[in-house]
Amino acid sequence: MKPAHKDLLRLATVGSVDDGKSTLIGRLLVDTRQLFDDQLDAVAAASEKRGVGDLDLSFVTDGLRAEREQGITIDVAYRYATTPSRKFIIADCPGHEQYTRNMATGASTADLALVVLDVAHGLKEQSRRHLCIAALLGVRTIVAAVNKMDEVNWSESAYLGVVNEIEILAKELGFESVTSIPVSALLGDNVVEHSENTPWYTGPTVLHALETSEAGSWTTTHEGARLPIQWVLRQLGGGRTYAGMLNGSSLHVGDRIRLLPANIETTITAINSGSGPTDTATAGLSIDIALKADTDAGRGDMLATLPLPTITKDFEATICWFGDAPLHVGQRLRLKHTTKVTPVRVSAIGGVVDIATLSINETAFLSTNEIGIATLHTADSLVVDDYRDNRVTGSFVLIDEVTNATVAAGMVGRAAFL
Amino acid sequence: MTTNTSQAPHMTDHLDLLESHAIFILREVVAECERPVLLFSGGKDSAVLLHLAAKAFAPQQLPFPVMHIDTGQNFPEVLEFRDRAAERISARLIVAKVQDTIDQNKVADPGPMGSRNRLQTITLLDAITDNNFDAAFGGARRDEDKARAKERILSFRDHFGQWDPRKQRPELWQLYQGKVNPGEHLRAFPLSDWTELDIWQYIEREEMDLPSIYFAHERDVVLRDNMWLAVGPFVEPRKTETVERLTVRFRTVGDANCTGAVISVAMTLSEIIDEVSVANVSERGATRADDRFSETAMEDRKREGYF
Repeated sequence: MKPAHKDLLRLATVGSVDDGKSTLIGRLLVDTRQLFDDQLDAVAAASEKRGVGDLDLSFVTDGLRAEREQGITIDVAYRYATTPSRKFIIADCPGHEQYTRNMATGASTADLALVVLDVAHGLKEQSRRHLCIAALLGVRTIVAAVNKMDEVNWSESAYLGVVNEIEILAKELGFESVTSIPVSALLGDNVVEHSENTPWYTGPTVLHALETSEAGSWTTTHEGARLPIQWVLRQLGGGRTYAGMLNGSSLHVGDRIRLLPANIETTITAINSGSGPTDTATAGLSIDIALKADTDAGRGDMLATLPLPTITKDFEATICWFGDAPLHVGQRLRLKHTTKVTPVRVSAIGGVVDIATLSINETAFLSTNEIGIATLHTADSLVVDDYRDNRVTGSFVLIDEVTNATVAAGMVGRAAFL
Repeated sequence: MTTNTSQAPHMTDHLDLLESHAIFILREVVAECERPVLLFSGGKDSAVLLHLAAKAFAPQQLPFPVMHIDTGQNFPEVLEFRDRAAERISARLIVAKVQDTIDQNKVADPGPMGSRNRLQTITLLDAITDNNFDAAFGGARRDEDKARAKERILSFRDHFGQWDPRKQRPELWQLYQGKVNPGEHLRAFPLSDWTELDIWQYIEREEMDLPSIYFAHERDVVLRDNMWLAVGPFVEPRKTETVERLTVRFRTVGDANCTGAVISVAMTLSEIIDEVSVANVSERGATRADDRFSETAMEDRKREGYF
């Protein structure tokens, strides 16, 4: 059992409450034997105690007392699965609208969204909402599990009706890859093994679709290399290296690179990774690099290669507002973008997104869990990319100055569908 | 630390990405918080955490101290390892003792054989307050327990040290934000996305030192509550129990009176990896009495401020 070379795929479940997201993840973990005997025993015991049958698979991920009492998912559960070629990090997200902030937490770093829909209900408003948020968060690949096929007697026409709905919406939202699969998470059909109940379906199982997906990492979407400086390391015998996590394209010793916002061009003279000195570093690696020019670079600055990001204090952004009180024009908050924290003020609110129609309606404020367009003015200059180009340098959070709570997810620019 | 001097192109694998993510979190918390500390039990997970912390700030020294919550019921091999590991990287080691908490009459003494598992929460919270720490790194992994699977990488604790699972801060992208008000603190878990197997593969790759009790050895044990407990100062055989000398190893390291051994002949890291790869019982399920109190034992303890 020597571990072979494995890559990493991060996926998040997306969909409305009670469509079976947690049950599907439970089924996937059980049927790929990712669960230990004692964990299965515990799920069985909890199921009996709550009178929900022999084995309620949703209890595999719904681990909190309140979740089991109410039979819902409140917060994201992270679960892990390994196959010979891949390690999966699975974020099982809640479906309720009031827990949108938790769903966004799980989906923000997803390479792929696993959409779960009840075949009898199709695309509910909350499913649309989740797909819209996943699209806004930059997820481009979806695997749609059309669930509860056992409850419609494995009807191909019922399945195709839902697939049609998904494909229309997916096109509108700009998803690049959509794979639909008829499943019964409860019984396991087409989750890991092909089902005999759907002879008319010849596509992949859920597991196969996840194993072969070419979604790619959420940190490698951009052409240019970006290294937000986290920390300056003083080297023995003098000199400094600049540490951070690389995203976008690769870096090589000898590459020309620009320090921003100071706008100084220089050359990389050395790269160190966790495994020591290296000639090349790829996205997702924590590295520290030495530069030819003597600069005063520090935390909050960025090193970048062409095409260069934008330096700005005023920009339009898409905001998912999680605060208890509404967001209004003139409001002052703290903003964290890459490794930089700066005061920020809301200059204008351009509108609120109507999820049902994907249109933008005029508004004076954004309420809890609403998505809108706002123009922001920061105290310090930011070095940003449009979120569609780079999910790391295009994203930020807004922080309440008094409580330090994270009150919004922000994305520079706006999606094409808005 | 392993140094890879060869310049051959290295394909990034899942261990590289997990390592990089953990290093990123360590640096981010140090940059955002005023007084971090690294909680170090001497177990394999905190050994990996310490190893990563040393990498994150090399060639400089750790910019924070290392703290052990000492229940007084440890395996001696683990204490030896603790001191050796801290000294190797010249880390400042703080030892906060549960015995002191008992002597100050803050908690009732459970007696020499009684479990101090829950008591250490008080010692931990006192030590965080006394030292003004605003962030504590821990080696907890989400695959260990269903409550941990729900916890953020940066997990907020209120003035009472409590975790409120219904009011976790959203944690978007990798924008870890660690600001807290005085009296509050964070727990930071850089190994959140690692599994037990990842830990062992990484230990092998990095040729790390570990306490000897992780490797198969002969030991006197008794079977109690379906667990093999090591006979010693904190576990006396009861009249109904038979002492057996068996070849065992430990999959986790906790207090000597609530951590069970597993029957094993795995003497090397590669043998342990083979064993972990085919295990059908989870590490905490196999070996930890402290998780068996109730369905939500971990959640309940975490709410109180446990690790």
